[in-house]
Amino acid sequence: MGRYVIRRLLQAIPLLFIISIILFVLMQNMGDPLATLGGRQPTRSEDRARLARQLGLDKPLYTQYFYWLVGNDWTMIDVDGDGVAETEGRRKGVLRGDFGTSLVSRGRSATEIIFERIPNTLLLMIPAELITIVIALVIGIYSALRQYSAIDNVVTTISFVGLAMPIFFVALGLVYVFAILFQRWGLPSLPANGMFDPRIGRSPGQLLIHMILPITTIAFISFAGYSRYIRSAMLEVISQDYIRTARAKGLSSRYVLYTHALKNAALPIVTLIGLNLPFLLAGAVVTESIFAWPGMGRLFLDHLGRSDTPVVMGILLLTAIAVIVFQLLTDITYALLDPRIRYD
Amino acid sequence: MAQGTLPLKPPAEVEAPPLTLGQMAWRRFRRHKLAMAGSVVMILLLVYAFGGAFFLSEEYANFTDTSIRLIGPTAGHLFGTDTVGRDILARTIYGGQISLLIGLAAAIVQVILGIVIGAFSGYYGGWIDSVLMRFAEAIMIVPTLFLLLVMAKFFGGQIPELTILGRTFSGSVVVIILIIGLTSWPRLARIVRAEFLALKENEFVVAARAIGTRPLEIIFRHILPNTIAPIVVTATLGVANAILAEAYISFLGLGVQPPTATWGNMITGATNYIESAWWLWFFPGLLILFTVLSINFIGDGLRDALDPRSRPS
Repeated sequence: MGRYVIRRLLQAIPLLFIISIILFVLMQNMGDPLATLGGRQPTRSEDRARLARQLGLDKPLYTQYFYWLVGNDWTMIDVDGDGVAETEGRRKGVLRGDFGTSLVSRGRSATEIIFERIPNTLLLMIPAELITIVIALVIGIYSALRQYSAIDNVVTTISFVGLAMPIFFVALGLVYVFAILFQRWGLPSLPANGMFDPRIGRSPGQLLIHMILPITTIAFISFAGYSRYIRSAMLEVISQDYIRTARAKGLSSRYVLYTHALKNAALPIVTLIGLNLPFLLAGAVVTESIFAWPGMGRLFLDHLGRSDTPVVMGILLLTAIAVIVFQLLTDITYALLDPRIRYD
Repeated sequence: MAQGTLPLKPPAEVEAPPLTLGQMAWRRFRRHKLAMAGSVVMILLLVYAFGGAFFLSEEYANFTDTSIRLIGPTAGHLFGTDTVGRDILARTIYGGQISLLIGLAAAIVQVILGIVIGAFSGYYGGWIDSVLMRFAEAIMIVPTLFLLLVMAKFFGGQIPELTILGRTFSGSVVVIILIIGLTSWPRLARIVRAEFLALKENEFVVAARAIGTRPLEIIFRHILPNTIAPIVVTATLGVANAILAEAYISFLGLGVQPPTATWGNMITGATNYIESAWWLWFFPGLLILFTVLSINFIGDGLRDALDPRSRPS
């Protein structure tokens, strides 16, 4: 198992290299990060040259990538523009955990900016994911056991609609009903913006109310896929011979369900959850921008709009690493759940 | 020599000629109620988007009159007007054309890339396979929406306006088609590759190779037709995914630029008017929902019709 994990991690390295090069090249044409650095005034051309030099943006692309990757503290760079490289580089490079300094928020490291936002995103994602899994498990199993019953048909319809619905449609619909209409009707309404009401201030209660709508949005969208998937995984398992055998032996249907069926259906369900988790981060882009939630998705959009390469690259690479780690965790869980699967 | 006196009786029942794959698929497809319903809705949507153009002109759809901005659905403007007084009904018609066009064209780009890359990877194997598949995996480890947004920003505003069939399109339409195609091929490529890996060991391929058929001919004429079922299904669902992807990018403001309407970019900014103007997002959103839903049903039906062995998921 240990060797397998190491081999998988080694295989991931070229992937990260390829995607980081593609993304780095794409980031170069994102518009001019220097244009907004002059504050309200357009940046003067001598300032522009100086800033480009200081930020290393005047270097050719491959040098920029190289510095981004391994840092430049081993070499001298030319900061004052006299053609003599005399200042020591400070960057450590991605390989040593330094994603560089944000171009937009001057002086703050990209890592710091990103990690400041990750908890906010997780605050939405983890509860939404847990709620989705629990509800989807209950309903998916129920509709598999009562295939073509009324509830099964309703759930199937809802999940088809959910799969076809753009997230913003769900979000705007929920906001309209629960925030706008409820207020208009004099019912207790839910807030639709941000994490706190500035008039009340930060409190756990406030946070909870503000979480309801975004979480419902995310949960509704992922519920569609999950319940459908769990239903078909269960349907496949309960048609197997060993389930019939277990029933024929006279075991109670509850026992057959929990010990025989669910264990075997767990494998595809784990796949779904494991592979889906990191992609939730991306799904957060739309949700966070509608609900003005200060998470990673909003951060990505804001800094992409201002061509902040270090922060955007940081978010993209961290997500890519998360995807790889979760793929690996999924495969390891396989081996734990199913003794037939051996990786060595 | 009297021979043949025994009259040969014609068989009581003339055996029907064997059905072609297409006929069999059509029979099974017809039985799939949801898929048939999806097809009907899809045809209605096409009639709406393309037939509606005969009643309302594109100039009208893009005509701004701020004195009638944000009027709710009334007899004059069935779906209301938007923030600069454009008629939303007319814009959903022309936006629908662009959204459907993007969905279809992006799926075609996806299918071409997916087939070529998957086929070469599966047929040749070796280092070609390694390089192509590492490339595909590298694209798949970044969430598609992130990749789409980065690419939309990268290519944004680089293609000038185009005039096709007497209509002027914002160049961003082409950009969106390309980037959706460029980000969605890996999944199809892996499916095609897996099919090729299994099929290339078959006798008919060995025989074709033995008589000196060129590799390209083996790939595209002998093996590819056998993989058509999963390709058709993936391509169909690809249209739906492309329409959704366009809606997301445009909603976030990086997609097709106004005045060219799409269902996605009509909803951009609707959040700011959520308290006053629900019709801004409701009608375009509903049309996206119907389109994607019916395409998904059609895809489901095609899966059952083309590949009866596959379980309905």
